[in-house]
Amino acid sequence: MPERELTFAQAVREALAEEMRRDSSVCIFGEDVAEAGTPFKVLSGLVEEFGAERVLDTPISEAGFTGIGVGAAMTGIRPVVDIMFGDFLTLTMDQMVNQAAKAHYMSGGHWKVPMVLRTTLGATRRSAAQHSQSLHAWFSHVPGLKVVLPSTPYDAKGLLKTAIRDENPVVFFEDKMMYKLKGPVPAEDYTIPLGVADVKREGDDITLVATSSMVQVALGAAALLEKQGISAEVVDPRTTWPLDEKTILDSVKKTSRAIVMDEGYGRYGVAAELAAVIAEGAFYDLDAPVRRMSAMHVPIPFSPPLEDVTVPTEESIFKAAKEMCGQS
Amino acid sequence: MTSKPETGGVASTEKERWLRAYRQIVRIRVFEEQVNELYTRALMPGLAHLYSGEEAVAVGICEALRIDDYITSTHRGHGHCLAKGASPDRMFAELLGKEAGYCRGKGGSMHIADPATGNLGANAIVGGSVGIATGAAFAAKRLGNGRVAVCFFGEGALGQGSLYEVMNLAQLWKLPVIYVCENNLYNEYTHFSETTAGTILGRASAFGVESGVVDGQDVRAVNAIATRLVQRARAGDGPAFLQADTYRYSGHHVGDINREYYRSKSEEQHWKTERDPIALHGKWLMAEGFADSAELERISADARREMEAAVKFAIEAPYPSVDQVNEDIYA
Repeated sequence: MPERELTFAQAVREALAEEMRRDSSVCIFGEDVAEAGTPFKVLSGLVEEFGAERVLDTPISEAGFTGIGVGAAMTGIRPVVDIMFGDFLTLTMDQMVNQAAKAHYMSGGHWKVPMVLRTTLGATRRSAAQHSQSLHAWFSHVPGLKVVLPSTPYDAKGLLKTAIRDENPVVFFEDKMMYKLKGPVPAEDYTIPLGVADVKREGDDITLVATSSMVQVALGAAALLEKQGISAEVVDPRTTWPLDEKTILDSVKKTSRAIVMDEGYGRYGVAAELAAVIAEGAFYDLDAPVRRMSAMHVPIPFSPPLEDVTVPTEESIFKAAKEMCGQS
Repeated sequence: MTSKPETGGVASTEKERWLRAYRQIVRIRVFEEQVNELYTRALMPGLAHLYSGEEAVAVGICEALRIDDYITSTHRGHGHCLAKGASPDRMFAELLGKEAGYCRGKGGSMHIADPATGNLGANAIVGGSVGIATGAAFAAKRLGNGRVAVCFFGEGALGQGSLYEVMNLAQLWKLPVIYVCENNLYNEYTHFSETTAGTILGRASAFGVESGVVDGQDVRAVNAIATRLVQRARAGDGPAFLQADTYRYSGHHVGDINREYYRSKSEEQHWKTERDPIALHGKWLMAEGFADSAELERISADARREMEAAVKFAIEAPYPSVDQVNEDIYA
């Protein structure tokens, strides 16, 4: 029987529906999450199945309903809070950084905050500077939070189910350009642990460590490299925290070269951290300096030719990898 | 020390109920006197924000609550924690950063939390707990457990936008939450009239939230209105906002000694001599024949003994071992 395929958006919806059927304490809050099913239609059908008591449209008040999510999580609900565009995370920062992330530690382990904040990242949707950012590095920087970056429909379903069952606040980033991407997704219940990287493609000559939106780009670059006789391994950490350093380092020790790529800003960003992990853990195995590829350090511009140069592409990765492997 | 009844006051006589309220107010006052002492003797690290002068607000409200109702508190939170039933020995241990403290020494004075008494935690971000309290009310409604949540904050938090976001939601969703604005007149070192346009209650009525104002120095008045607001919240009639007018006897924190640039000594003296919640309630108890001065003095002496023993416990308690620094980051 051929494997069942779902889009990334369908996989997210299936994970939510399965967890809501399994656990009546799972509720969704957010702007236009009910009948509208969000502008991306990721949540379509959930309010019809689970009712307006569990799929709640909120006012446009990100700080308010995220804070309500924190308190509800502390007192018996498992909220999945929907932040429509990752750019609006700025409005939730006190609730996530000072409240959700710290409640367990500050209370000496007495209170727990089992909530998921679902949101989006990614540019090239012609949405300009306030609807295109990838701000996952900010949350990866905060002890007490976990950060998940699925890159396939399969990972999206398995990781989201784990995130909902986790006892901690988890920020779950979905690449909005990937919602229509199709891939195999089992119909049955399965979970993927947080903190376990996935080797998306095996290779011997260079490691491409890629997150979220950059995984598909890295796989495209790897296919181009193969034609040049360069065998690229693609490693997807899947979560920036907890971080599976071992899988990344094992790959780099095997290939002796690494490019890390991430759609967030490079400066002080996820790519910088991954490069540092490799430099600290595999320096003597490297044949070339670790290379970072990430979003240009500019606000995301609107004009299509300007926007397109701000993010790494298959071609730019292909070119960089060739250079590192001694081909020009 | 008496144990807290399931429902404040209901099981006891009028006399027992108001003597208990007196005892709670006195315990908070004596607790804070000990904090001041610990701080000035350099035995307490960090910051200390005293609740002295405001005790009747916390006691009047918490005596209207069940033990399993929720509260959120503030940086000036010792009174709320005690009024909700926290034990002073573990509170002092927390203030000194000891392992026996409510948060194993990781929270300190501004972060005491205690699931056993429904205390979701004191919060050092002004207005930082408005979402948490409202979320707890959401959970109570969704789970149908009949609990209410009380969100304590000072009038300084009226400047924070998130308060208005959650009040809007609480009214839309008819959540059992009571926002208690303790108006002690000063946002740190600035009179609230310099920071607050319009009226305080106007903020609540804009959302159609039931609201009221009460003399926060009168524990019986606070308890009467709190009982009504808690009952209607529990009955499903939605949130409420209570403005409790009160006064902070000390500075913003213990180190705020010279205060004349923002308020006069005569103003402080007026509140302490004319509006003191202990004196007012004690006078009433005697007038009603519920207590004589010897009985009230006995309550004070008991509170002093209790707090001195609690301080001794905390001073002698060990610090957490250093390897605990990495525990409790994740559940």
